Amino acid sequence: MDTLAQLAHGFSVAFSPVNLLWCLLGTTLGTAIGVLPGLGPALTIALLLPITYQVAPEASFILFAGIYYGAMYGGSTTSILLNTPGESATIVTALEGNKMARSGRGGAALATSAIGSFVAGTIGTLGVAFLAPVVVKFALSFGPAEYFSLMVLAFITVSAVLGSSAVRGLSSLFVGFVIGMIGVDLQTGQPRFTFGLTELLDGVDVIIAAVGLFAVGETLYVASRRYAGKDEIVPLKGSLYMTAQEWARSWKAWIRGAFIGFPIGAMPAGGAEIPTFLSYAVEKKLSKHKEEFGTVGAIEGVAGPEAANNASAAGVLVPMLTLGLPTSATAAIMLSAFQSYGINPGPLLFTTQGNLVWGLIASLFIANVILVILNLPLIGLWVKLLKIPAPQLYAGILVFSTVGTYGISQSPIDLVVLYLLGAVGFLMRRFDFPTAPVIIGMILGPLAEAQFRRAMTISNGDWTVFFTHPLSLTLLILAFLGLLGPHIWGYIERRRLKGQEAVPGDA
Amino acid sequence: MSVHDEPAAPRGVAMPELLIGLGMLAAAGAVLWQTLAIPVSPLYSKVGPTVFPYITTGGMLVLALLLIKAAVQGGWQPDDEKETPTDWKSMGFVAAGLVANMLLIGSLGFTAASVIMFVLVCYGFGSRHPLRDLGMGLVLSLAAYFGFAKALGVNIGAGFFEDFANGAIATVASWFGA
Repeated sequence: MDTLAQLAHGFSVAFSPVNLLWCLLGTTLGTAIGVLPGLGPALTIALLLPITYQVAPEASFILFAGIYYGAMYGGSTTSILLNTPGESATIVTALEGNKMARSGRGGAALATSAIGSFVAGTIGTLGVAFLAPVVVKFALSFGPAEYFSLMVLAFITVSAVLGSSAVRGLSSLFVGFVIGMIGVDLQTGQPRFTFGLTELLDGVDVIIAAVGLFAVGETLYVASRRYAGKDEIVPLKGSLYMTAQEWARSWKAWIRGAFIGFPIGAMPAGGAEIPTFLSYAVEKKLSKHKEEFGTVGAIEGVAGPEAANNASAAGVLVPMLTLGLPTSATAAIMLSAFQSYGINPGPLLFTTQGNLVWGLIASLFIANVILVILNLPLIGLWVKLLKIPAPQLYAGILVFSTVGTYGISQSPIDLVVLYLLGAVGFLMRRFDFPTAPVIIGMILGPLAEAQFRRAMTISNGDWTVFFTHPLSLTLLILAFLGLLGPHIWGYIERRRLKGQEAVPGDA
Repeated sequence: MSVHDEPAAPRGVAMPELLIGLGMLAAAGAVLWQTLAIPVSPLYSKVGPTVFPYITTGGMLVLALLLIKAAVQGGWQPDDEKETPTDWKSMGFVAAGLVANMLLIGSLGFTAASVIMFVLVCYGFGSRHPLRDLGMGLVLSLAAYFGFAKALGVNIGAGFFEDFANGAIATVASWFGA
């Protein structure tokens, strides 16, 4: 019952008028940037990072968490009405949601996704509150070798297992490692990868990397793709009040989605894509209205994945808070906000920063309540945001990007690095390299290096330390299986098929 | 969702992807060059600052070769992405806006440079009302300067627009203050 007492204390932190205002600001901003194409929570939180020099940690994390949750709600609105998923996590919502909007049931689709997000977000946040202390107990026994192996596992899962290609995902990750290593090595004071430029001694700020990849790269990509045709906004039709039948079809999907999403998000793998696709497949299989899938739009196909998406977003916070292990770009940027306060997320966070952690968790419950209000009765407001024309939207994003990057140190070199990374981001988008592993590699790479060196120092330079600790070995074996398992499996499958007949184009 | 790097039938060498692979190889080379340039203290022989850079170099080398292999076997881009032509003109205007911003921000200040960037980017995205965009860019930049930058407490320097606006604010304030 310790958790409940802590949580009650957390609510007393979160319910202070100032923190409620931060939560309201975060959720409103989060919904807005979730609705707007081209802006995401990772970019927004990165641009707002300087606020960590101004306000108390509780305030900025309540703000960031509100943005994080809000973007999930807002993203579904865009998917349903515009059929342009702003984030990979809402691709599945667009599948059925946009079909529903086109057949005049947009209101019901928005309602089931908002209420489903609320239900799943609340279940997921409860999951964080009760699972995190368990993970903390477990994590207290971790030494540097275990941490290093855990990070290796996370690297493999976020870049190689999720996403369309292991090679491209790992390439992004390694680019992130290089960016993360630029600057002075903290243990020896030696400059690394600075190409002799003193401006690079401090390293590349995560704001610059995030803005370059997500804002500049994205703008260049959208500009280069103007021939690809325009998406039309489906006017919002149909009542926001769901019928009894729609409720009956939705609620089980919400619960199932939440229970698919949270555990996958909470694993050191993270990612919202797999749970949303999984939930979609489950709902399609269980539905009594299979004929609606892909034709007029099935409400279960919106309710389940949307719930899974929000529950996994909550789940991602478990490894982030308890182990300091970010598994999404947004979580990685939040981790750098912790670093900016000199706080190290990890098992000790729950004892040393009880106010912060439990205030944050409590504010997530409040954020969910605010968000369901913002996204149902006030939905008309957000639909108007979709009408901002693309030229002014992207030009405006670049203006705010300039404030965020040039404001760090008024150095034109920062803008040069920003635009170089923007060019890299453009190429990555154009050639289907995922961008999130760059940010994760950049933030987590130096931490992994530190744990590696610590482990090697403790073991007196003995490499076998990573293989003799049973837990560390298990984690490395899992990472190895994640990397090569699909190849081995594919090889066995091909050998098996060769005996029969070769199917062209179906390797 | 699983790993599909190799297409089944060879489709000839895909040039753009090959260039990406070669770029990765070049990047691995640059990382190796910079790794060799890291001075290592002889006192720190165990796990020094070069161990991770060497691992990174090795990883990038392997990945570059795998990318080149995939490119030689026909590339990995889906057909619809390949068939959409790149709008170079549009991209050119956006890039021009970015470069103008970078070159002018030091001398003209944030607002003026941002307005120029705003107009160029809007033009690149197909807006044909440069004067209207100029007005919108000015309002947005000043809002960003006074709202966002001041709220975050970041200092982005001041050019003549900001001085003018600051002066106007000071004048108005003195009317009421006096």
